[in-house]
Amino acid sequence: MRKLVQSHATEFALLAVIAAICVVLSLTTDSFFSLGNAFDLLNTSSVNIIFAVGLLVVLIAGGIDISFAVAASVVQYVTALILGYIGGGGWISGLLIAGSLGILLGAFNAFLIHRFRIISIVATIATFNIYFGLLMFFTQGVSIYDLPDWLTDRVVLFEHEMADGTWAEITLPVLVMVICVAATWLFITRTTTGRQLYAFGDNPEGARRFGINIGAMQFIAFGWLGMMAGIAGLIQAHYAQEVVPNALYGRELDVLAAVVLGGARLGGGKGSVLGCVLGVLLIAITQNGLNLLGVSPFAFKMIVGAIILVAITLSNTSIEKLLPFMRGARR
Amino acid sequence: MADIPGTGAKPLLSLHNINMTFGGIKALKNVSFEVLPGEVHCLAGENGSGKSTLIKIITGVYRPEDGAVIEYDGQTYSHMSPVTAQASGIQVIWQDLALFPEMTVAENIAFQTVIGRWPRFVNYRTMHDIAVKALKRLGVALDVDAPLKDYSIAQRQIVAIARALVGEAKLVFMDEPTASLTQSETDHLIEIVRSLSASGVAVVFVSHRLAEVLEISNRLTVLRDGALVGVYPVEGMTQSRVTELMTGKNFDQQVRAKSVRDNPIVLEVKRLSRPGQFHDISFNVRSGETLGITGLLGAGRTELALALFGMLKPRSGSVSLHGKPVRFSSNRDAIKAGIAYLSEDRLSLGLIQPQSIADNLVIASLDSIKSGGLLSDDRKRQLVARWIADLGVKIGRQSDAVSTLSGGNQQRIAIAKWLATDPKLLILDAPTVGVDVGARAGIFEIVAKLAESGLAIILISDEVPEVYFNADRVLHMAQGQIAGWFDPQSCSLQEIEAAVYA
Repeated sequence: MRKLVQSHATEFALLAVIAAICVVLSLTTDSFFSLGNAFDLLNTSSVNIIFAVGLLVVLIAGGIDISFAVAASVVQYVTALILGYIGGGGWISGLLIAGSLGILLGAFNAFLIHRFRIISIVATIATFNIYFGLLMFFTQGVSIYDLPDWLTDRVVLFEHEMADGTWAEITLPVLVMVICVAATWLFITRTTTGRQLYAFGDNPEGARRFGINIGAMQFIAFGWLGMMAGIAGLIQAHYAQEVVPNALYGRELDVLAAVVLGGARLGGGKGSVLGCVLGVLLIAITQNGLNLLGVSPFAFKMIVGAIILVAITLSNTSIEKLLPFMRGARR
Repeated sequence: MADIPGTGAKPLLSLHNINMTFGGIKALKNVSFEVLPGEVHCLAGENGSGKSTLIKIITGVYRPEDGAVIEYDGQTYSHMSPVTAQASGIQVIWQDLALFPEMTVAENIAFQTVIGRWPRFVNYRTMHDIAVKALKRLGVALDVDAPLKDYSIAQRQIVAIARALVGEAKLVFMDEPTASLTQSETDHLIEIVRSLSASGVAVVFVSHRLAEVLEISNRLTVLRDGALVGVYPVEGMTQSRVTELMTGKNFDQQVRAKSVRDNPIVLEVKRLSRPGQFHDISFNVRSGETLGITGLLGAGRTELALALFGMLKPRSGSVSLHGKPVRFSSNRDAIKAGIAYLSEDRLSLGLIQPQSIADNLVIASLDSIKSGGLLSDDRKRQLVARWIADLGVKIGRQSDAVSTLSGGNQQRIAIAKWLATDPKLLILDAPTVGVDVGARAGIFEIVAKLAESGLAIILISDEVPEVYFNADRVLHMAQGQIAGWFDPQSCSLQEIEAAVYA
């Protein structure tokens, strides 16, 4: 148990912070501690969690991506157009199209980074502008409301009638999110390619000397994020029941903050899927709580920023310092 | 096949007619090299003598020019490839280890199992077993499930060796394996090398530390300027003989110590203490004096130096400069007061590698090259030219990056940087780490010249001969305390070594 806590300090710190916030919110609001609210939180966080696990893979490989959220907007839009063109489609073809387009956009980032040796933050700031510029230019900012029925119909996977007659529901985005999270976990912790990504992010020169294909690592990492971004884009269109070109603009920084909060390191080699999910949830719960407390939405960003600072400081230092008995024995 | 003196064994590896040219410069000229099964063989030579080029040819990183013959384990090759080399049991432990700090010890040791183009599922249990087995063979117990970053450099070194053994190694190259180890860690490493050798693994040792080379090796191959000088049995070799072979020059070291009792005291330290690091330290340094401080790594030498330089705060005791008590709240104060500190880790702390020689040299003395409140390029150029000439640094252009210089020349730039601040006291902390024998002599020439000009110098080193030959007095620190004083004029090197390694 001690070992478990030690090797997952970040995750346990996040859990502790989340638990503390939940207790406070349960005591101070009537509606926070309810199944309906919990399910709502999951439904609304799903898109961000899918983005987050994708971005996690890029961070582990030592890169960073600013463009994935607008890439998801591009994917949304183009997928909607293609679906219109082929006359409908369904969930399978929709996810395939969105995922493939996402991979394509991610691969373009990897190409710039690997072929021209542009550092990833610069390359993806450039593609962020290119993707978003092209999208706004060609769409003139016009939204698409005429989506196929299968895409806009809510799919309820589980429901439960509450005492007050309202319904607590888990919807399709949660299922997709769970699959994406499980797949990413399996990929980065249980496959040889995943471990190569960790090694590459940890010590690129060491990985190179082992004969790991550096170019392949970039394409796999950015391709995975691209695929997740494509899927997240489609799910967001489903959730919002519309495609608005600038709906996801700005989302990249929220997701990046959550992933770093979850213990991923800018610079590579470190990060876990669990931490990443907890990072997104912590921010979502905080926003939800502030909402229920009637705090002005204008204060949200400020408070979320403060929470990120506090949580990161806690997870970086205190667990080990607060519990010195956990160290020792080794060395 | 050439005769190997004193043995009838067939070589495991034998290279002949190895030539290699980089950009018109011959890095290796008709070199041959042989390693016997299970022997410990030392590859000696100064920086740039072609040692690493030779290793890279053997491990398949470089391809030698036509005509090369590589015989290894009964097979003949015209060149190696990294894949063949690894598959046939040739392993290298690089100086920087090439490990993955965030991953577990087990993954680091058994990383070979996750290599390969096509994704497979990772078998953590197999990795665990491989790692435990490899460590057991070395007689070391580490928690293989802990992340590597939890371990010290010495333990990481062992992990790197364990990793090399996983590939059924027959021939292991160790590139400067002891550069960052303490004496007892080095002893342990030497034990491991011996047991490897006893179990039939040949080890090629590359090291600047001649003492341990002579202790551990059976035979010695010396390279100079890309050419083979010769192959020698280690028995009967002395350090100065090896140095002579490596440099082609005779460095008969002589004790430089002189009496400076009449010179004014520059630095006076009284009962300086900092709990857990050093305790009750009192000494003085006079103008023109070189005070040597030696002791094992972890004896508190560097901490004491950092305290004098204002980077650590002593708990009690006093420091005075030229009779005036001083108290530094940061190293900026110390620099202002005339103390210069040349750090132990020149490469990461002392110099900013990608920046130019000129910018590195003036960084601590920017005030002196100001003109009308702004930095003057002309003054900078003059200052840099002066110091480069004074210290005899070989450079191309002032605007070249420091990383383009050799270790010895980098060290001179680092010294010049501090001399440009016009210090009264210069603290040199392990100034020859990573600097080869020829260049070391040059650095100590500079130190002697500086002392002659009246500078007070503290020379810190864990290599006892360095302080013995170059300091006027030697202070021995152990466990944070002064363990003894030595006067090189009236004692032998062995006396000090016996005290330090006791």
